[in-house]
Formats: sequence, structure tokens, C-alpha cells
Amino acid sequence: MSPPPHKPDLEHQSGQRLSFLYSFYKHFSHYPMPPVNWFWCLGACLLAALGLMMLSGLFLAINYVPDTHQAFQAIVTIERHVPSGWLIRAIHMAGATMIFAALYLHIGRGLWYGSYKAPREFVWLTGLLLMALFMVTAFAGYVLPWGQMSYWGATVITHAIESIPFIGKPLLNFLLGGPELGDIALRRFFILHFTLGFVAVAIIALHILCLHAVGPTNPTLDSPQPKRVTRPFHPFYTIKDNIAVCVFLIIYTILIFYLPHLIEKQANLLPANSLKTPDTISPEWYLAPFFAMLRAVPSQLGGLAIAFASLLMLFALPWLDRSPKHNATYRPLVRLGWILFFTAFLTLIVAGLEPPSTWWIWLSRVALLIWFSVFLVILPYASFRERHSKGEKS
Amino acid sequence: MSTEPPFDKDNGTTPPSRRKILTASTIALGGAGACALAAPFLESLEGPGADLRKAESDDKAAIVEVDLSDLKRGDHKQIKWKNWPVFIQYRTKDMIAALKEPALKALLRDPDSKIRQQPKDAVNDYRSINPDYAILIGICTHLGCIPNFRDVKGYAHKGGFFCPCHGSQFDNAGRVLKDMPAPYNLPVPPARFIKPTILRLGESAAEPHFSMNDIQQI
Ligand code: FES
Repeated sequence: MSPPPHKPDLEHQSGQRLSFLYSFYKHFSHYPMPPVNWFWCLGACLLAALGLMMLSGLFLAINYVPDTHQAFQAIVTIERHVPSGWLIRAIHMAGATMIFAALYLHIGRGLWYGSYKAPREFVWLTGLLLMALFMVTAFAGYVLPWGQMSYWGATVITHAIESIPFIGKPLLNFLLGGPELGDIALRRFFILHFTLGFVAVAIIALHILCLHAVGPTNPTLDSPQPKRVTRPFHPFYTIKDNIAVCVFLIIYTILIFYLPHLIEKQANLLPANSLKTPDTISPEWYLAPFFAMLRAVPSQLGGLAIAFASLLMLFALPWLDRSPKHNATYRPLVRLGWILFFTAFLTLIVAGLEPPSTWWIWLSRVALLIWFSVFLVILPYASFRERHSKGEKS
Repeated sequence: MSTEPPFDKDNGTTPPSRRKILTASTIALGGAGACALAAPFLESLEGPGADLRKAESDDKAAIVEVDLSDLKRGDHKQIKWKNWPVFIQYRTKDMIAALKEPALKALLRDPDSKIRQQPKDAVNDYRSINPDYAILIGICTHLGCIPNFRDVKGYAHKGGFFCPCHGSQFDNAGRVLKDMPAPYNLPVPPARFIKPTILRLGESAAEPHFSMNDIQQI
């Protein structure tokens, strides 16, 4: 089972001129991988999706016009008159869903297997930074078609910002370049959306750099029979990642060709009308949990603060759970905590998509309570107990 | 992998390992997928309206009928066919006679229409299916400007075309003069008369399968 140690025989093969390939061998071909499972392939899927997003985004930008009078028509033209424009746009829209699905699973895997712990704090923090970046990018991108949902979604968010005491109004003015959503704001959303894609690439590079400094977590270390054998990345994990990316792309394709109604809302097929709000405003599913939080709290500012704090919990995670154990499978209390957390997260997604009703608002409040108690009570307590009992044993 | 098939020993080579074959086929398949994915992206670069342009040119490939009964001798009209300007001139007797003059023909680059710029039935001194009419696509064969109606120097009232962009002169049959920037005669569209004054553009009696893509330059 142990792999043959492929040593790069570069001096022999290509001489010293190609010595830069050492880094490539060290960090790609020969990178030692612990026995990780299929959940570790999500990063590769995300890279594939991001590549498609940048490609399709670039081609959409060629035909897009960031102007409130022309944006909607530009999208219609892309859909109807640019050859294959409909396909490129579908790739871009479905890409948002695929990226967030993979991203949330990727983060969920990190939670379950303790990938956030020392010495991988920077991997975790750069990853969360990427998540926040993707949220902003997705939101800015959603405004661009200037349909009814684009306009009213942007209106809701800008009003949330406006509710920040003292600085809210000037901040909004500063961000939008004026008091309301107009041409200047739309142009800024476009530039923001376009630029953040490239910023994301830079942070992904940082994320991978941080990961390669310490290597991936070994999910078997906490089990009764830890496996410490490592295998070279190539061919063992190149093949595994390739298979995962294929499956990912198949789902992506099904979404584009068979479920188009899932990736674009009906209301956004109407041009923005600042005099008529659509009957129901629902966010994209990936932002729904945070939208549900805004609704669950009766005060505008309070909702914003809670949504912000819920994300801060994730950032603080490496310091909330300081037990040396990683894998939740072997940590009964933490296991329960993550199951509760995942349930709460899914509940918030549904709650954010449903039209507001007392029932869903109360369910969102329960989910919020669970969210915070997992991070602030269950994890610190479990971690304290684990460190304590470990101390007793040693 | 423990035994080698005997045929390898015959030619002294080792067969590629299974992994090599799998790697190669994976790369081939992935490459094919990437090419397939590239197709819509490259296609989109044709820009908005490419479908309309195509539909229009397909439609216009269909036949256009032109009524010429309103033209008097010497008159001309300009119509649009397949998005190209088509010049139709009802020639005077003088014009028709001039087209056969050896002195004029001596000035031309391709007086006998040897280069394929017209359907077969327009390979004659008039470059037309009917000597009474000049039917030409008004696109200069140099860089594509639209020429004006202007007589050849020294042949007053005998007709001709002049391209304002770089000064190419054509005679009344669309034949280019020597030493002009335009290298070829003006293209002649496929056409036939279904009644003495009703012209059907887009259909050639002599060459039913004639296509504008067949000609040298448009
Ligand atoms: S385009 Fe007519 S002469 Fe150049």
C-alpha cells in the first residue's frame, strides 16, 4: 500500500534551468497527502467552478452595459441575440449556486473535521474571508441585470446599511455615490463585481499557500486506529479530485439544462420598477440564512448586528474550540453540536426563502439561539472537558 | 502486470502500462470536453445580432422580385438584396453599343469576364442576362465601398461606376479598368426575368445552384 517514493530526478532530466519545477513537484505532484476522504475534493470543485465563473463572466461583460436604462435590455440581448449567450449566462447564474453549495459543504467539512484548529487558523480565516467575498460578489452580481428582484434586493440591503446609527446614511451615500440606486450605483456594482472575482483569485492563492505550509488535516488521527501513511498527491489525489470534479460538473450541467427555473427567479424577468415592489421578495438561497436573521430580529439594526455576529462566531472558532481533538465523529458532544448547527443552518435557509409568517419567524429565532449556543456554549464546554480529561490522563 | 505478452518480445518494445493508457485517454477526453466548452464562448464573440444577420441573409437568399416597368432608358435604381446594394440600370442604346467597342475593352483588366464574378449566363460583353439591363452588386472589389454612377473618362453618356474611396473606375458592365486599386470586376448576382419587366433576383436560370459564395470577391 505504501507509495513508491517518486523522487524528482530533475538534475538528470532537464538540468538546473528547470529547478523551479522543484516547487511544483514538492507542492503538487509529490505533495504528501494523509488518508483524506471525498469531502476533501470540494476545494478542487470550487476551483473548477470559479474558473467557469471567470470565463463566463468575462464573456458576459463584453455585452453588458452598466446603465439603468440599458442594463435590462443588454441582458435580453445576451439571452436572445448573442450566439450561445443564453448558455454563457446560464453557466454564470448556475455557477453561483454551485459555488455556494460546494462552499458551504467545504466549510461544513472544516467544521466537522476540525480543520480550523491550530496550526491551520490561517487556512480557516482566509477561507472565511473568501466566503464573505463571494457573498458580496454574488450580491453585486445579482443587481446587475436590473430586474425587479435585483432592484428590490439591493433596496432592502441598502436600507439595512442605512439603519446603522450615525454613519449609516453618509456611508450609504459614499458607497452608492448618491442617495439612491441609480446609474452611478449600478456602475459601481458592476466594477465591484468584476474586480472582486480577481481579488478572490488572489485570496485563493493565499488560502492554498496557507494550506500547503501545514498540509491537510488527517481525519483518522482521532480514531482508535489512526493511519499515518501519506500518499503523493499525484496520481492518487489528482485522480480522486478529477472524479469529484466530473460529478460536480454533471450536477452543474443538470442544473443549467434541466432546472433553469431554479437559477433565475420569475420576478427578475421584469425590468426594475422603482414604483412597484414585487409581491414577495426572497433572496437567493445562499444568502437566505442571513436574510432570515434580519427578519427574525424585530429591530433593523439588531438584525444586522445578529447577522454580523453569527459570521463572527465562525471567525472566532479556532479560539472557541481549543481541544487537540479534531474529528467530530470521535467527539460525542461536538458531534451533537455540529448536527444541531447544520440543522439550524438549513432551517434558516428555508425560513429565508419562505414568505414571512409568525411560524417561520419563531423557527428562525430558535435556529439563531442554537447557532450561538453551539459556538458559545457547547464547543467551549466540550473543548474544556476534553483538555481537562486529557490533562488527567497524562 | 507480471507476464509480458509474447508479441512484445518479437518487436522488442514494451506495451504502454494501463496507467499510461488511462492517463492519455483521460487527457484526450478532458481536452475534447474543453474544446466543446470553448465552442459557445467563441461563438458568442460574433456579437449581438449575429442570429438576426444570419436570418436576414438566409431570408434574403430567398428570392426577391423587382418590378422594372418604372425605369426609362438611362434610369437606374438601387435595391437591397441579401443586405447588399444591387444596382439596376436600364441601358440606353449608346451604352449597349459602347460595351462591345474594342477601344473600351482595351482599357479593361478583364474584358471577357474570365474571373468568376458572375453566373455563367452573365459571361458576355454586357455581363448581364439581358443586354438592356445592368444588374450589379454595388460593392467595390477593392475594400468594399459603394461606387457611384459615373461615366468612364472619354466615354461620356456611356455609363460606368466610380468608387470614391480610392478611385476605382468601372465601365457600365461593372468591368474594372486597368491599373485601378480594385482587382476584379463588380459581382453580378444570379437573376432571371420572369416577365419582360419583372426581374427575379437570387435565381439563375443557367446555374440553379449558383451561390454568391462561389465568386472570387464580394
Ligand atoms: S474601396 Fe473602392 S477603390 Fe478602394
